[in-house]
Amino acid sequence: MYPNKFDYHRPASLSEATELMARYGQDARPLAGGQSLIPLMKLRLANPAVIVDLNGIPGLSYVRQQEDRLVIGALTCHSDVEDSEIVRNRHQMIGDAVRNIGDAQVRNLGTVGGSLVHCDPSGDWGPVLLALGGEVRCLGPAGERIIRGTDFFTDTYETARDPTEIVTEVRLRSPQPGAGGAYLKLERRSGDFAVVGVAVCLVLDANDVCREAAIGLGGVAPTYVKATSAESVLRGMPLSDAAIAEAARCLDAEIDPYSDIRAPAEYKRAMAKVFFQKAVELARRRATVGDS
Amino acid sequence: MLLVHFLRDMLQLTGTHIGCVVGRCGACTVLWNGRPVKSCMVLAIQTHGSEVTTIEGLSQNDRLLPLQEAFLESDAIECGYCTPGMVMAAYGLLLKNPSAGEAEIKRAISGNLCRCTGYVNIVKAIQSAVASGNRQEARRLCGVQDIVSE
Repeated sequence: MYPNKFDYHRPASLSEATELMARYGQDARPLAGGQSLIPLMKLRLANPAVIVDLNGIPGLSYVRQQEDRLVIGALTCHSDVEDSEIVRNRHQMIGDAVRNIGDAQVRNLGTVGGSLVHCDPSGDWGPVLLALGGEVRCLGPAGERIIRGTDFFTDTYETARDPTEIVTEVRLRSPQPGAGGAYLKLERRSGDFAVVGVAVCLVLDANDVCREAAIGLGGVAPTYVKATSAESVLRGMPLSDAAIAEAARCLDAEIDPYSDIRAPAEYKRAMAKVFFQKAVELARRRATVGDS
Repeated sequence: MLLVHFLRDMLQLTGTHIGCVVGRCGACTVLWNGRPVKSCMVLAIQTHGSEVTTIEGLSQNDRLLPLQEAFLESDAIECGYCTPGMVMAAYGLLLKNPSAGEAEIKRAISGNLCRCTGYVNIVKAIQSAVASGNRQEARRLCGVQDIVSE
């Protein structure tokens, strides 16, 4: 349970970091919180020749409101997101997600950028990014680009990030009036990866008609799923039991769970529908109370 | 080299334990810049230039902290293997939240596994440390550090 040998660099700036990433490319792995990468290295499932420790770069850890977006620095650890006033007061779905990642020690180091780049199919941040219309800001030798969440997650443990790029920021939609959001996760033990994880964001008008719906799921496919068919069922309709049931039926066609040590595929499929319905109910309650 | 091996093998600070190897049990918990972390999931070199506190760093001149005394008084120790990690996790919690309640205490130690005690007395020990800190109002005003130290 010892990592293989590696060369270690700790750049003091973004430009130094991109220069190192450009130089070492495929042989390098950026290190954020290390709560996924280091266990992989201990198991020797990851054997990077070079580690580029991003933690020496100032200015990558923040939670800020930027007009209609919440922007979070990629190196912000889950604990700091959880403790942020902006998240507590205005973004309950995000709070739901980070509160249940791992445990206190893991949350003190693990980062939002690291979680998204690691792209575990059962991770908690992926569904939230999708349900909040999120984008990921990447910096590479060719410059900066913004990748939409729906384009970012490409496969199990694979993202659209180029090996020479680092993620610098995560950008999420802030709630508009009438918005309510929730993230619910079925876990076998406290802090476990999700058997299924469902993030739902709804915007309701005064007549309980759903004007916007966004649904992100984890644990139900090789990578995170945005349930666009289920969303379109809800959009423009009053949020009746029938509408929610119809949306759950559409959801079933959009997921592709596989059996693993956590649960058989059929169980995940069944639980995805159950947790979807629970998340819709919680999001609706929060929308009518006036927070998300 | 992982931080836990650096502490144990290079610095001979064997109070930090290796329990599961996979980052789950918390027996390797130390404070890094005041926050509880699992030293088996940190590279030693990452800590260069920063502050790491191990269990050995809590007691002063062989005098235990009230938190540590509370573990003894509450029968929160059986084999003792999880204990350093539990104490470090609790210490980190109380540095941040000296009046932590039961639910917060349980959350704070949910990354620390114990095979012996069933956790009840460990929670009680930490609650008792919170209570003794709260009784010392004057010291509270001097700073969080005094809640868990003498």
